[in-house]
Amino acid sequence: MMLKSKISALPGPPQPFDKILNDAGQIILGKHTEIRLALSCLLAGGHLLIEDLPGMGKTTLAHTLARLLGLQFSRIQFTSDLLPADITGVSIFERDKSEFRFLPGPVFAQLVLADEINRATPKTQSALLEAMEEGQVTAEGQTRPLPRPFFVIATQNPTHQIGTFPLPESQLDRFLMRIELGYPDRSAERELLATGNQRNRAEALVSRISPAELPAIQQAIAKLHAAAPLIDYIQALVDATRHDPAFQHGLSPRAGLALLSAARAWAWLDGREIVIPDDVQAVLPAVARHRLRTAQTGGQAQMEDIGRLIRSVAIP
Amino acid sequence: MSTRAEEALDRQATPWLFACAIATALPHAAHQAYWLSAASLLLLGWAVGLWWKNERLPGRWPLILLVIAGCGGILIEFRTLFGRDAGVAMLVLFMAMKLLELKSRRDAMVVIVLGYFLLLTHYLYSQSIPTGIWLLLALWLLTATLIRLHGGASSTRSMSLRYAARLCLQAVPFMLVLYLLFPRISGPLWGLPSDAHAGMTGLSDTMSPGSISRLAQSADIAFRARFVDTLPARHKLYWRGPVLENFDGTTWRPHIGQGTPAALDKLSPSVRYELTLEPHNQRWILALDAPVHLPEGLLLNATLAATQRQPVTERQRFQLAASLDYRFNVAEDSRTLQRNLSTPVESNPKARALALVWRQTSGGPKEIIRKAQDLFAAEFTYTLQPPLLGQNGIDEFLFTTRRGFCEHYAGAFVFLMRAAGIPARVVTGYQGGEFNPLDSHLVIRQSDAHAWAEVWLDDQGWLRVDPTASVSPARIETGIVDALAFDEPLPALVQLRTDWLRNLRYRWEAVNNAWNQHILGYDPQRQRELLSRLGLPETDWRSLATLLGIACSLLVAAMTAWTLYQRPRLDPALRLWQKALRQLARRQVHCAPWETPMALAQRVREQHPALGEPFQNVVDAYLRVRYDDANDNLTPLREAIARLRR
Repeated sequence: MMLKSKISALPGPPQPFDKILNDAGQIILGKHTEIRLALSCLLAGGHLLIEDLPGMGKTTLAHTLARLLGLQFSRIQFTSDLLPADITGVSIFERDKSEFRFLPGPVFAQLVLADEINRATPKTQSALLEAMEEGQVTAEGQTRPLPRPFFVIATQNPTHQIGTFPLPESQLDRFLMRIELGYPDRSAERELLATGNQRNRAEALVSRISPAELPAIQQAIAKLHAAAPLIDYIQALVDATRHDPAFQHGLSPRAGLALLSAARAWAWLDGREIVIPDDVQAVLPAVARHRLRTAQTGGQAQMEDIGRLIRSVAIP
Repeated sequence: MSTRAEEALDRQATPWLFACAIATALPHAAHQAYWLSAASLLLLGWAVGLWWKNERLPGRWPLILLVIAGCGGILIEFRTLFGRDAGVAMLVLFMAMKLLELKSRRDAMVVIVLGYFLLLTHYLYSQSIPTGIWLLLALWLLTATLIRLHGGASSTRSMSLRYAARLCLQAVPFMLVLYLLFPRISGPLWGLPSDAHAGMTGLSDTMSPGSISRLAQSADIAFRARFVDTLPARHKLYWRGPVLENFDGTTWRPHIGQGTPAALDKLSPSVRYELTLEPHNQRWILALDAPVHLPEGLLLNATLAATQRQPVTERQRFQLAASLDYRFNVAEDSRTLQRNLSTPVESNPKARALALVWRQTSGGPKEIIRKAQDLFAAEFTYTLQPPLLGQNGIDEFLFTTRRGFCEHYAGAFVFLMRAAGIPARVVTGYQGGEFNPLDSHLVIRQSDAHAWAEVWLDDQGWLRVDPTASVSPARIETGIVDALAFDEPLPALVQLRTDWLRNLRYRWEAVNNAWNQHILGYDPQRQRELLSRLGLPETDWRSLATLLGIACSLLVAAMTAWTLYQRPRLDPALRLWQKALRQLARRQVHCAPWETPMALAQRVREQHPALGEPFQNVVDAYLRVRYDDANDNLTPLREAIARLRR
């Protein structure tokens, strides 16, 4: 890809991601930034957590992305009686062959939608989260690799709802990004009401890319150039969270790495070969909010906290 | 449009200002009228209460009434609004009132400036080490508050304090240069108002029963002495103050007028010592008996007391010498002798009768003196709490109460001598002192105040006789603590009989003395000495000012060079970018430090559509060279900036 002489006049997302973004925008109305963030997250090789009230389009977004990227898709509806084996799979005894055969669970898919992850018990949650971290599943003493690429999109209701087990910080940290969809704006809502069931329309989407191409794209993104001033900026931001009394604790080194890879993916979706501070600021709320707790309420950091953080750090 | 100064003060900054007001005004409570401290405290409490409950501050009229009431109170208390005490009281009161008016940043700045000014006023009262430390801490707090005010809500407490500490530390070299080189003026720098030296303790120039025992209950230091060679024996340490020759029946007073100049025969080699006198607002220098060599500016009067023309209103240091054995005025003029024989007629008849009996039955003056000493040694008690005496005080003391302090013994003895026909007079001053082994200084306190007698004998001149020594030899040999019973009201500091406590006190006094001698005692003389050692023998204030200027400029230059050296090398692309930002600033578009170039370009497009395209080109070129390590071609950026200027 040739770098154009003017950054502001870039052609936009490289083929075929312009189409992917466009198609997804037809299904999830009025949420271009969120779609772009979700796509950046997957392109950066991270897992995505979508948090919002029921009925905001969380599942539809996951469906849409799976279809557009042509990923083998499986959905796990988390409930309070879900067991780890329900996710990873079980061995059953085959009488005719007189041996055990492993029946892979729904986690053996390229894109796993873990719906309402905070309804399951911590034990079950951690079975999934371990799979996310390791890229493999150990069941009945045997380790089995998960398919490549492997993405988890988890959705959860706001944790203060009844009958939920909030994810602990250590597990939240395994999600590269956490986004909220929020209510659609007036025009989007009207269009939604007029056009009908978006989930069905998502089923009708055709894939724009083959899953085999994804690893190459991810590698290209990981190699995207981040100059010293940009690294300085990320370091300054991370450092600021560690000294800001508004937060209970600062961002971890892993969070710093996450910020850089997310910024790279965002820059790539813009068609740029260099990462600029705008990319960092764009992904910072999604990458940092679920990793920070405010000192005042103990809850997750709000948009205003991140805004204040950005305003407290000069761009080098 | 509101300026920054009129912006509302943020709520979190107010406690800082309360703390500043307390830190800068609190030490004044130690010497201020109680109602002033109480009123300031009430105002502060009110302001804190309003802040706590987040209520409205009082309006203009209540504040004006408060100001009028405050000024009225000060006028009634001091009869003026000016002068040291009234001025300081007004500042403290206004500081408290300003806390009720903390609405905008400007009000906060007024509190800060007032705080810095109040810091200075403390030095008009005390220059001790604790004061110095307190004021340094207050300076730190004030500076931190100033930083907090400028930094806004995002600057944290520890950040402000750290930054202020760094600023204060950076000021230390300047402080030292100013301390060493600022032209020194002997005497106070400002013409202090007349009330500045009131309330100092020390010997007075009269003596009546009770006057010295009252003084002896104070642990304040009167003066310090450091002997060049060895410390003389304790019973020879008589520090001479005013000599009292006139007696009216109750009070002894010095004789005003010229006498024969003192003629002194030295009988032993002189002892040299340095005396550091605490201010006592009188003219005499309490030199060791008998002073033989006085430095310039000191006078020796006819009674061998050293004085100075001006009262001692600040700590002063003298190089003195004394001859411990001496013969003084063997040839005294007859008028002086006559004066020292007179007693008020018809007073104290019993004492007079006793003296007459002694005179008739004795072989000579020496025998009379011995008889008086024997009398005191037999049945008298040495005490700080003597019974009150009436009209014929000496009779009552000699024949009824028989309890007294040194002034009783000296007074009664001199009266007896005069009645027996021996010229005699009272000498007041200090006796003894406490040797601090840590800094080899002899410390003489008010509790060492003493009165003794001098008699004139034919071929011996004036001879010292200490009747107290007959009553209580311990007073002269080891000091007042051992001479008095345990239940006497001596100050606790003087009484310390435990070793480690005494040691602690020695240590503290040695530190204090070093502070006085070396820090506060850095006077014009010492400044000259220092400069001549630096190779500048002739110094007037002009050359000092030049030197000061040069030293400060060198310091500033060194610090600037250091800062520049420390500053990271600016990337050339970044320098060009800052140039472009200056171009924008001229068109009233200011870039926040956290604003990305793209976001700025967007804003420029909205505010100055004509500039939008050229500036976007600058941004593109800048991002491409700044955020791409492989690209160091600055030409496109230079060209884009050149086009922006057009």
